Amino acid sequence: MSNGNIVLHVADVHKRFGGLHALADIDLAVEEGKTHAIIGPNGAGKSTLLNVIIGKLAPTSGQVIFDGTILTGRKPFQINQLGIARVFQTPEIFADLSVLHNVMIPALARRDGMFKLNMLRTLESETAIRAEAEHMLEDVGMIARKDMMAGSLSRGDKRRMELAMCLIQHPRLLLLDEPTAGMSRHDTNTTIELLKKIKSRGMTKVIIEHDMHVVFSLADKISVLAQGRIIADGTPDQVRGNPKVQEAYLGGAH
Amino acid sequence: MNANLMSRNDLVLLLGFSLVVLTMPIWLAPLGAGYPDLLQRFMIYGIFAVGFNILFGLTGYLSFGHAAFFGVGSYTAVWSLKLLTLDAIPAMVLAVIISGIFALIIGFLCLRRSGIYFSILTLAFAQMSYNLAYSVLTPITNGETGLQLTLSDPRVIDAAVGHSFVGQPIPTLFGTPIGGYAGFYFCAAFLIIAFFVAQRIAGSPFGMMLKAIKSNQTRMQFTGFNTRPYALSAFVISGMYAGLAGALLAVTDPLAGAERMQWTASGEVVLMTILGGVGTLVGPVIGAWIIKYFENILSALNDNILARFFDVLPDGVDSFLVKVIGKFVGDGWHLTLGLVFVIIVIFLPGGIMEGVRRIAAAFRNRGSTPRTSNQTQAAE
Ligand SMILES: Nc1ncnc2c1ncn2[C@@H]1O[C@H](COP(=O)(O)OP(=O)(O)O)[C@@H](O)[C@H]1O
Ligand SMILES: [Mg+2]
Repeated sequence: MSNGNIVLHVADVHKRFGGLHALADIDLAVEEGKTHAIIGPNGAGKSTLLNVIIGKLAPTSGQVIFDGTILTGRKPFQINQLGIARVFQTPEIFADLSVLHNVMIPALARRDGMFKLNMLRTLESETAIRAEAEHMLEDVGMIARKDMMAGSLSRGDKRRMELAMCLIQHPRLLLLDEPTAGMSRHDTNTTIELLKKIKSRGMTKVIIEHDMHVVFSLADKISVLAQGRIIADGTPDQVRGNPKVQEAYLGGAH
Repeated sequence: MNANLMSRNDLVLLLGFSLVVLTMPIWLAPLGAGYPDLLQRFMIYGIFAVGFNILFGLTGYLSFGHAAFFGVGSYTAVWSLKLLTLDAIPAMVLAVIISGIFALIIGFLCLRRSGIYFSILTLAFAQMSYNLAYSVLTPITNGETGLQLTLSDPRVIDAAVGHSFVGQPIPTLFGTPIGGYAGFYFCAAFLIIAFFVAQRIAGSPFGMMLKAIKSNQTRMQFTGFNTRPYALSAFVISGMYAGLAGALLAVTDPLAGAERMQWTASGEVVLMTILGGVGTLVGPVIGAWIIKYFENILSALNDNILARFFDVLPDGVDSFLVKVIGKFVGDGWHLTLGLVFVIIVIFLPGGIMEGVRRIAAAFRNRGSTPRTSNQTQAAE
């Protein structure tokens, strides 16, 4: 694999929760346009790593650098405005708003920035944003549900909508925390197709996933996390053949 | 109408609302509430509640201190009437500006926290303002006596243009005294404007951001929004509404007292909003009207009136009824209010507007064929 431009660099990150060493000595380099999967057993620290990247948690030590900018110490909204969006493990959505509005809001964040006193227009007059949101909902196959309350969607649909909320921002880096968990086989396959489709748009992705089928069909590179440490790192074939990984993870899961 | 200004539904709602408001002297007369003094208060507290709802209903921040801004509006208006001119417009403009500045400072401090801590902070600041109005700020507020107009007030603008008044000074609008039904229509115009502005805010992208903050603040932050200035804007806007309402009360009844800033007054606007329907446009206004109506009717009742009413009943029964019901009227009307409030929150958490929606839905369902599944699931 050729050494491309490193867009995300996690440098020597540690995270302690009291006595628990949730992340130890994490070094990670993600190449531009690639899909980097993070796998590992439950409680390994995968979600914690994403929380550190997007500014939800401050690392105990170490730094996260995105395209030359140090993210550590910045607020989540600033990090998002730099071009990083995230799908959460349990969907974070606007449950009391319609599906369409859920997708329009991130589009407005991209257009208007972190704050705009936009009181003189009506939502109806935001035709460009609306059209873009509808187009996005078509892409994820949810256009028929656009007027439903987001809170009443099925679990799989909530995730799909959250993915649409991230994609509409055209982030440079997309973080996905188990995007297919709780989905039926059919929905999982649709989501994989969707993720493959956006791969061709050159977006960099970090994906946490339990489903090996998903991981091996999407990832360019895989890091294996166990008990807060990266125990293996490499292409899917390298990782598949690694005996340490077999023992720590793949053996148990399959 | 141009979609840039207002949607069709909003326009219909605004026109309907205006019609209901402007005809109040007619349709409230049979209910014993068609007199100017009470009608003015309906308008004033309607404005207060509409503004409060922008913060509480749309953004989800429950303030227990909004009476402070109401009081600041009242004091500012009376000072303008004393120092500048008896004309109401400068008094109201100044009141809105000063209460807005006040809300900016208090909001900035209180919004460092959310949830219950935010509520407690607003309560603390409002009680502080109330106590200051009674103590060190007496030169500004005239303490317990309250601030009022006198013949010897300077009124520099009036003096400069050579206006002179005889008798008790009364606020005016371009020279016409604001009192009676004129006072009502003056306040009604402001309520309609206030309602229109609230509609515009709720229907704008900014309004959607406020609703999104209420729905999921975490998602807002990870979506790239700095939620603090959004919440602060909502706080300041609702503070300005409160200041406007306070100014109108001072203009129609030129006496400002510190009790307007007390926590009970802050609590009242919370009750109005919840009673009518949190987050709806019309609900808070209806809540304000109902509370002010019953306050007026029930607090005027006393044991003598009740005794006359129950006179036809046998002895013993009538005195028993007078004794029991007497506890719920007059000064005890708050007991009734509390009871009604508890019933509403338990059985109709969405307030009166939810009741209206349920009734409307029941009527619609009777006509149509029964559905087997919930509509929201239909797309599955
Ligand atoms: N905010 C937190 N406070 C304390 N402990 C936490 C916190 N977040 C995660 N942990 C702990 O850190 C470990 C790693 O969690 P997590 O990153 O969620 O694992 P996973 O790899 O399953 O996503 C777990 O033991 C979890 O209990
Ligand atoms: Mg996790």
